Amino acid sequence: MNELRAQLQEWRAAIERRLPSWWPRALAVALIAFGLILPQLFSVTSNFVNTEILSLTYVMFALGLNIVVGFAGLLDLGYVAFFALGSYAFGWLGSGWFYKAHVHILVHAPASTIPGIHLNFVLILICAGIFTALAGAVIGVPTLRLRGDYIAIVTLAFGEIIRVFALQGPSLKIFGMPLTGGELGISGTDAPYLPGVGMFSQLNIRPWYYTIFALVLITLFVNLRVRDSRLGRAWIALREDEVAAVSMGIPLVRTKLFAYSLGAAFGGIAGAFLAAYTTLIDAGEFQFGFSIFVLSMVILGGLGSIWGVVLGALLLANINYYLIPDVFNSLPGDLGLNFNLTDLQVSIFGFLLVIVMVLRPQGLVPERRRKLELTRGLGETELEEPGTSWAGVEPGEVVQ
Amino acid sequence: MTVESPAPAEAFAPSILRAEDVTKEFGGLVAVNQVSIDIPLGSIVSIIGPNGAGKTTFFNMLTGLYKSTSGRIVFSGRDITHDRPDVITKLGVARTFQNIRLFGAMTALENVIVGRHCRMRAGLFGSIVGAPWVRNEERAVQERAAETLSYVGLRPRQFGQLSSNLSYGDQRRVEIARALASDPKLLLLDEPTAGMNPQESAALTEFMRKLRDDLELTILLIEHDMKVVMGVSERITVLDHGEKIAEGPPAEVRENERVIEAYLGKRG
Repeated sequence: MNELRAQLQEWRAAIERRLPSWWPRALAVALIAFGLILPQLFSVTSNFVNTEILSLTYVMFALGLNIVVGFAGLLDLGYVAFFALGSYAFGWLGSGWFYKAHVHILVHAPASTIPGIHLNFVLILICAGIFTALAGAVIGVPTLRLRGDYIAIVTLAFGEIIRVFALQGPSLKIFGMPLTGGELGISGTDAPYLPGVGMFSQLNIRPWYYTIFALVLITLFVNLRVRDSRLGRAWIALREDEVAAVSMGIPLVRTKLFAYSLGAAFGGIAGAFLAAYTTLIDAGEFQFGFSIFVLSMVILGGLGSIWGVVLGALLLANINYYLIPDVFNSLPGDLGLNFNLTDLQVSIFGFLLVIVMVLRPQGLVPERRRKLELTRGLGETELEEPGTSWAGVEPGEVVQ
Repeated sequence: MTVESPAPAEAFAPSILRAEDVTKEFGGLVAVNQVSIDIPLGSIVSIIGPNGAGKTTFFNMLTGLYKSTSGRIVFSGRDITHDRPDVITKLGVARTFQNIRLFGAMTALENVIVGRHCRMRAGLFGSIVGAPWVRNEERAVQERAAETLSYVGLRPRQFGQLSSNLSYGDQRRVEIARALASDPKLLLLDEPTAGMNPQESAALTEFMRKLRDDLELTILLIEHDMKVVMGVSERITVLDHGEKIAEGPPAEVRENERVIEAYLGKRG
């Protein structure tokens, strides 16, 4: 087994050596082009494109959670809170829910003629991002002094608090109007309107696809830039050794809260988008299971690995929303068995995760650092000669 | 409890760090009891004492990791008793740890870059936008980190290795480089020669002097190796059971009755 692995590693290294230096860029361009062309190959109401819209939304959720869990190492089990808050941000700012108010900013008819708060779709996404970033900082504060499992418990509780709030919303009144629709949900949300595209609708879902595609690209860009920045390094340092990190001058509170806030902002924007797309904000959606679903994507793909998380989210979302319910659902029936595959959805899911974790614990596309850690002693066993003598370097030519 | 010692010449140099009657209690246990210390600018000072004497606890209070129960710590004329560790680092105090605490999943170079954190300005938005000044800063810090690593004697081909894969001696070097990256005025070394053979210890002793002269640093170290302590320190403070039992230049401390007693036991 070890020999086989070493052999595989050798082959991979050989392939990597032969690829020209520009290949990652070329690959990125090819993938973006593929993403742009994809919906054109299907009808404007295609179920497959619908699945891909959901999948891309989950990619955004997973990338947001990856900042918190993967980069900063803070196990967040309450990520659903930001999905909920983002959704409500959309419901509050883009529907007639607060019927006593008359606020219309950059909106098109019919939204501009209905009472309530109606903001332009892009503005709502920005507001949702800011709102959830603040909420992220609020949830971060009580976890600052905690570590590992304890953070998980506090965040889990926070997720549940938000869910219960959402459920009890109808009896919570602000200015005499209910806060949420509870299980009945907030409906009658505005359809986004963008100049040049027109009104988004379910009759042509391509504009939705391109919107979330653009949002995912922005998220990816931000993630890549932040990962390799001063802040990104500070997160990893805190994850590795908190005591050493603060002794090296990293401000603990600010750095951790940045991670929570940034992660939450992406969750909120994705949540607002999802609410706009599904046109219903129902408290029943915000289950603990959602947090676990997104966390599975992050872990399956590879904690802290941006490309791994993208792959993990696409895979799990497609299996969950397309392969199981649409493609293979009748398989057991065809084999003469008396059930649908969707009945087994969760078990299939768990089974897949267990398999992957046993065979590839570091995730599908492990982060560079973790890969180096895990392969230590396999590929790089050559003994290093120790460094030169302490005082061996002339002071004048270095440091100063 | 303090012990009077005749003031040597250096005592008249301005002090960079002064601790006054610093005490740390953990529950009922008094780990450090009213210890005062005065570190003259540009000196090399050692703290010695048997295991469990409270040396590392004292260090942790100086760097803000522990809050002292009572007493006052003044660094460069500023009261840092209640400051956070990162603030103290930014003021110019850097340290290493007794059991090396590098960021194992980061390369040697990245470790040193993290050490530079408090002197960098790049924020979230600057990094996302990729502003030219952020890139310049990043490049300058990388170059500087490489220089610092060469300065402590690491080979260039080791810069990109994960720090957890480096040999013990090299990890010590990286840890010192990481501390130096923050441009400290005062460097705290917690048992820097632990686990080193006599030759390595001698080289490190030489290096500490060089550091002080090249970078105009003040160095405070905890050390068990008496050869190193006697060879490098200008002043020595001896702790036992959390109390300061002696203080002064090496020759004097070596002859001190209470020190001999603490290390060897009471003479019959």
